[in-house]
Amino acid sequence: MIKNSLNLSTLSEGFVLDHIQAGKSMEIYQHLKLDKLDCVVAIIKNASSNKMGKKDIIKIECPIDVIDLDILGFIDHNITVNIIQNDKIIEKKRLTLPQKITNVIKCKNPRCITSIEQQLDHVFVLTDPENIVYRCQYCEEKYNR
Amino acid sequence: MRHLMSPLDFSVEELNELLDLANDIEANPQKYANACTGKKLATLFFEPSTRTRLSHEAAMLNLGGSVLGFSSADSSSASKGETVSDTARMVSCYADIIAMRHPKEGAPMVASRYSSVPIINAGDGGHQHPTQTLTDLLTIRSIGGRLDNLTIGLCGDLKFGRTVHSLIHALVRYNNIKFVLISPEELRLPGYIRKDVLDKGNVPYEEVERLEDAIPKLDVLYMTRVQKERFFNEEDYIRMKDFYILDAKKMELAPENMMVLHPLPRVNEIAVEVDDDPRAAYFKQAQYGVYVRMALILTLLGIQVS
Repeated sequence: MIKNSLNLSTLSEGFVLDHIQAGKSMEIYQHLKLDKLDCVVAIIKNASSNKMGKKDIIKIECPIDVIDLDILGFIDHNITVNIIQNDKIIEKKRLTLPQKITNVIKCKNPRCITSIEQQLDHVFVLTDPENIVYRCQYCEEKYNR
Repeated sequence: MRHLMSPLDFSVEELNELLDLANDIEANPQKYANACTGKKLATLFFEPSTRTRLSHEAAMLNLGGSVLGFSSADSSSASKGETVSDTARMVSCYADIIAMRHPKEGAPMVASRYSSVPIINAGDGGHQHPTQTLTDLLTIRSIGGRLDNLTIGLCGDLKFGRTVHSLIHALVRYNNIKFVLISPEELRLPGYIRKDVLDKGNVPYEEVERLEDAIPKLDVLYMTRVQKERFFNEEDYIRMKDFYILDAKKMELAPENMMVLHPLPRVNEIAVEVDDDPRAAYFKQAQYGVYVRMALILTLLGIQVS
């Protein structure tokens, strides 16, 4: 058996997204549009975790103001976000549910205007934070995960 | 600039002002006869609706304005594939205010994002029909004298009937409102409205299957049509459409001051014999629909008549 000892050098500035549910890292990579960034990104899949058994980790070396992390709160609010500057963790960001998410999920209501007008953004608004309910901005259809 | 997308776009105070204005128009129509001279209303109806389109047009004509528009998607550029946003931008150049009906839910909201003039949602699929709700509220207040302390029976298609859903949303903002939901099992009010609106707001309601059981305790009976276009299956429609017919015999059980409302058109859910009953208010409701749309046009255009 291969010993799980892969490690990557520490970041001087950027983010470490820890405690990602195993297998979800590529989804987050897409949502954060990391493919469009000209910076170093390391994806670690299936790392061992005392808490989760297995987890994914994403390390991003970039200026800390170039990525909008709000969407992470919608995808999985259990992710730990470490913000690093000058080789030190300067903040462990607590994730909250974003008020509005754009072009992350699609409205599935066949009667919604977005079903025929392809150029429209798919915008969902948080209407019930207690029960984590997002509704389409146009037709108010509830998003079911 | 203000639009009307949902009946809840107006606060209760704003709504009271709008209804007061509508009542003043009813009492003094001459005072408002030239209020919109030189203004144009565009009615963009991507699906047919005789009464909603004509009532908007009548409202603008009564105010001294003029109207232009189309009454089906076939006679518009939508048939050539034009987007709602482009249509809204284009028509903004021709008119001062737009009333839009569209089969797709949220289409008027898209239009409001791109239009440079106010947009009135004149019905978007099964989603919202705010001017009908304003009409209902004006009718109830004008005839009954109040919008609080009411027991309202909603009868017929409570599952697909958007007028009923909107009316519930609008009325729960007033004190001491009770609902009696009268429908067959198949057409009950959707669970999310019972849970999210009625239960959450501690609004009392009961669900009954027989109209006769409910009618003696009502201040308002709101009848709805079982709409054929909401069914995928014709057999289901034919089986259910006659379940709840209001006739003179059932009206004998109703309180003396109860009012009967219906968004119209009716098919056969209210027998013609009920039309002569003084409690039948559905044709007055159609008249109030013009007054409230006149008040709405003035409000959205920011026109004050002294």
